[in-house]
Amino acid sequence: MFYREAGDFKTSYKQDNQTFPIKFDRYRYYVVLAFAFLVIPFIINDYWANAILLPFLIYAIAAIGLNILVGYCGQVSLGTGGFMAVGAFACYKLMTSFPEVSMFIHILLAGGITALVGVLFGLPSLRIKGFYLAVATLAAQFFLVWLFNRVPWFYNYSASGQINSPERDVFGIIITGPNAPAWATYLFCLIFLTICAIIARNLTRGTMGRTWMGIRDMDIAAEIIGVNPLTAKLSAFAVSSFFVGVSGALFFSVYLGAVEVGEVFGIQKSFLVLFMIIIGGLGSIFGSFAGAAFLVVLPVALKVVGVDLLGWPTDIVAHFQFVIIGGLIVMFLIMEPHGLAQLWRVAKEKLRLWPFPH
Amino acid sequence: MKTKLMTLALGAMMAAGPVMADLVFPSLSYRTGPYAAGGIPFADGYADYFTLLNERDGGIGGVPTKLLECETGYNTEKGVECYESLKGEGALVFQPLSTGITYQLIPKTTADDIPMHTMGYGRTSAANGDVFSHTFNYPGTYWNGASGAINYLLEINGGDIKGKKIALVYHNSAYGKEPIRTLEELQKKYGYDLSLLPVDHPGQEQKSQWLQIRREKPDYVLMWGWGVMNQVAIQEAANIRFPMENFIGIWWSGAEHDVLPAGEKANGYKALTFHNVGRDFPIFDDIKTHVVDTGKAAGAGDQIGNVLYNRGMYAAMLAAEAVKTAQEIHGTAQINASQMRDGMEALSITEEKMAANGMPNFGPSFDVSCENHGGPGLVGVTQWDAANQTWSMISDFQPTDMEVIGALIAEDSAAYAAENKIDSQCN
Repeated sequence: MFYREAGDFKTSYKQDNQTFPIKFDRYRYYVVLAFAFLVIPFIINDYWANAILLPFLIYAIAAIGLNILVGYCGQVSLGTGGFMAVGAFACYKLMTSFPEVSMFIHILLAGGITALVGVLFGLPSLRIKGFYLAVATLAAQFFLVWLFNRVPWFYNYSASGQINSPERDVFGIIITGPNAPAWATYLFCLIFLTICAIIARNLTRGTMGRTWMGIRDMDIAAEIIGVNPLTAKLSAFAVSSFFVGVSGALFFSVYLGAVEVGEVFGIQKSFLVLFMIIIGGLGSIFGSFAGAAFLVVLPVALKVVGVDLLGWPTDIVAHFQFVIIGGLIVMFLIMEPHGLAQLWRVAKEKLRLWPFPH
Repeated sequence: MKTKLMTLALGAMMAAGPVMADLVFPSLSYRTGPYAAGGIPFADGYADYFTLLNERDGGIGGVPTKLLECETGYNTEKGVECYESLKGEGALVFQPLSTGITYQLIPKTTADDIPMHTMGYGRTSAANGDVFSHTFNYPGTYWNGASGAINYLLEINGGDIKGKKIALVYHNSAYGKEPIRTLEELQKKYGYDLSLLPVDHPGQEQKSQWLQIRREKPDYVLMWGWGVMNQVAIQEAANIRFPMENFIGIWWSGAEHDVLPAGEKANGYKALTFHNVGRDFPIFDDIKTHVVDTGKAAGAGDQIGNVLYNRGMYAAMLAAEAVKTAQEIHGTAQINASQMRDGMEALSITEEKMAANGMPNFGPSFDVSCENHGGPGLVGVTQWDAANQTWSMISDFQPTDMEVIGALIAEDSAAYAAENKIDSQCN
């Protein structure tokens, strides 16, 4: 009824090509943005920021990054944890070496350094594909974690090998460290997520995204019609690693504040982000958000319901979390292999026809 | 997503109704995952002691205690979630039982004015209370442990370990790396050879490390392990027939569940300790009457008297004594976290107090001060008797090399203070 194309006239190519062609979608997008930027910062508290919203925002950036590589370009990667570690350690070295520089710049530089490392580890993708590439990126994962554990220069020779984020600010507002207000850390991550999502969305709609998808769908055919696999694959690795590096830097500096590389950026992190995009939907920006929300919010929600409301023992609830989340993942993959994003697409299709389905 | 957030908000609201009439003790426990074997007995001991206080004495100073448990799974992200959700409930003192989570909470607890007690783990240099105002690690630290192990080796070698080969098998994390610096300093002093063998999380794969030990034949092996890593290491040591009496674990590597899987072959394995072991204390009668027989024992109730159960109980006893001290200082029974911190800083544990709690000679007597949050750092040694399945003390609590450790603590805490611009707390 209200969700339809009819009556929403496009008079220019620009309008015809916009991200949200349906008026209702467009307004919903502005409302969500306004709510996130103008309402949540005023009602947020430490618990909501540190337990739910920060991990959601940061994982969403990582998921968008990985989705570009896996979902759009078809290059399977298991190195996300390692690349996040590169972002975190790059950010740490920059923060401690140049304390007076704004955190915005540090985070962006950390993303840039990760992009370089990502390109380096992306080189094998020119020769190998599929499972073999997954194994090559797995090597990146283990090598990077080993490197940050092994070379004391990366953690400034601290006794324990931990890195701690000192207090830094942006325009005089404290962003990292224990005294950072919840709204500031939230807004800081939200700004990064918004920019990343907009960039990713537009990249994937443009020439670059089309070459990635060409490589994904059939690399030989793409090559024949003039797509250069070298630039396409390496640009996918670079862009993807940039986003993953930004998320790693935020994860360390804003969210956790202290990081032990083996525990935080281990192989399980790579799998977690991969699960996010598989559940959310490969090749979809919305899917990255949905997957991140699903895997961040659900465990907390189950814990709140199980322990705080029902009063069950904590270990039973923790075991139930595994069972329920595992079961849901299996169920999703069977019932909707294309993830939450596909459910969303189907719902929108239905809405368009409602109330006269055919 | 929205409905999920709604239910969550609703849940948080219903759960957040704080009962301010209780003394709230959060327990960041882990009863699941590869470290659960160590997490369960500690959490049970911690919970049972507070249950005992409620049942027998009606709480501390007339105010009942309330234990809020939160499962961390030894995972730092879950630890953050637990901390944020429990700090709003009026938590008096956090005991995360994880060095990784400790590092994260040191700045957070300081900013939120809630004390944290990391008993025998965490960041060793937090012993310097002048810098770390809200972190306490009495009665002993990892560096005391490292020095205690070397002292014990000196003792059994007649004071000379020059040229002896010592291997350190350690969990490749902040926890396992803690003793390295102290061992290297002591190496300069005593002239032994130190080789380092890291084991990656979770520690099930140690074949190559023990192959190396078999090849290099060190005289002694020290271990900084936790969780499943301990059992695997002791089994591997038994497999290469390494003499168990030359194998010494830190206090986190010396509990019943660590040695039982290796059976008879684990006989003679040694571990450091900073509190007494066994169930030969009057308090266990009280626990039986007031906690076990009333059906209020935490967990499965099968851990009572185990090494780590005793440690959990000891941690709870120290916390309860700190509450009493705080109640005296501030003249109110209903203390808050800030007052709890004062109580911990003024804590004085004497033999009489321990005996009154039914735990005579359970740990060393000590006084905490503003400068010294680390206690006396006395270290004892226990040995496993596989036939009787008991741990027993073979070396009483002995002082450690505070000269070396003190210098290292001063250096590390000064670096932290400079990095975070912390001024001196004590005048």
